[in-house]
Amino acid sequence: MWTWFNKLASPPHFYRLAGTLAPWFGWIAGALIIAGLYGGLVLAPADYQQGDAFRIIYVHAPSAWMSLFIYVVMALSAAIGFIWRMKLAHAVAAASAPIGASFTLATLVTGALWGQPMWGTWWAWDPRLTSELILLFLYIGYMALRASMDDLQRADRASAVLAIVGLVNVPIIHYSVVWWNSLHQVSSVTRLGKPTISTSMLVPLLVMFLAFTLYYVAVLLVRVRAEVLRRERNAGWVRELVHA
Amino acid sequence: MRLAFRRWGQAADPLLFFVMVTTLFPLALSPEMSRLRDVAPGVLWVAALLSSLLAADTLLKADAQDGTLEQYVLSGQPLTLLLLVKTAAHWFLTGLPLVLVSPLVAIALGAPGSSLGTIMIALTLGTWTLSLLGAIGAALTIGVRRGSLLLSLLVLPLAMPVLIFGARSAELAIAGIDATASIYLLVSLLVMAITLAPLTAAAAVRIALD
Repeated sequence: MWTWFNKLASPPHFYRLAGTLAPWFGWIAGALIIAGLYGGLVLAPADYQQGDAFRIIYVHAPSAWMSLFIYVVMALSAAIGFIWRMKLAHAVAAASAPIGASFTLATLVTGALWGQPMWGTWWAWDPRLTSELILLFLYIGYMALRASMDDLQRADRASAVLAIVGLVNVPIIHYSVVWWNSLHQVSSVTRLGKPTISTSMLVPLLVMFLAFTLYYVAVLLVRVRAEVLRRERNAGWVRELVHA
Repeated sequence: MRLAFRRWGQAADPLLFFVMVTTLFPLALSPEMSRLRDVAPGVLWVAALLSSLLAADTLLKADAQDGTLEQYVLSGQPLTLLLLVKTAAHWFLTGLPLVLVSPLVAIALGAPGSSLGTIMIALTLGTWTLSLLGAIGAALTIGVRRGSLLLSLLVLPLAMPVLIFGARSAELAIAGIDATASIYLLVSLLVMAITLAPLTAAAAVRIALD
């Protein structure tokens, strides 16, 4: 198993493997997105309270899930790179950050679009919204720190430290924001009591969750390929690749 | 620390900044005491947070430039402890004066006398936590272009729990309610920061000097 792991971590091997796998993930994700959207937008019945507006959940909830999932992936691979000095893990972390930030932004935007008809406001200082916004700041800080350093190794290791600190802090931030709001008792926005979601609504949602995750894997593979090429531009195998 | 005393300006800057920022609010809002009292907790804590960011910028800069940090790493003493002591000394110079001035500022913002004790305790705990968080940021941004701006970007999200509970305790104290719960939470944040922040900062310093 270790030889397999070591082989995976070697850039040329990963480059070829990722090149083979990325289209597969991409096409399956694309097919699932179409299926999930069809199920969510056409087949699922309208919500009895929210009407058709609830359908944005098929983009909003998977994005929110991805924004957290990618942060964890990013921090863990940064930690792996930091501890075992694995170059590929740093490349994965570096490639994940912009994707995660985009999903976080997508969550905030779709949330605002949803909030406007439902709550009558674009933005409320609700704990979940606030935590998501802070998560976006964490992503931006991570990318800014990385961009500020010319030395690649230093940028890798310093941003890894930041990602790990952020990972420790995310739960603290989340709960402090939850307590802050419940202590204040000013939020006039009461969450709509979620009726247990019916199967016809749930299945497309789960499909979308899976589709978004696969989409992330596909984009990640493409981005890591590019990142590996950039990092290894002076290595022999890249030169062979270009001349072949 | 004695060296830092010779440079009064550096220690006085955050303090002056704190006092001035809190002066801006009555000018910008209204001099009515009742209204000021409502915003006083927020004003106090946001000003304290900003001035501690300003202070964090000077925490390691001079030492990184003149090579003192390298001596720390080479000295064979545990870098984590050295940084903890360094941050504590830095807090004595920048945080403690701020805590000592805070009763004056709080009264000027309309806080009742009975709340001053709680406000000072909370600020003591909070500014120290902020100093420790600032140390992480300062260590990560050693030798980085536009370092000070980046420092605030990195530290601000991490500092939000401190701000929340700090302002909350001040709010309760001003309203005359027991704020022990918020104080306990601030203590726990401080304990976590004392144990984890110097460790992280030491790792970051090592990276910067590699």
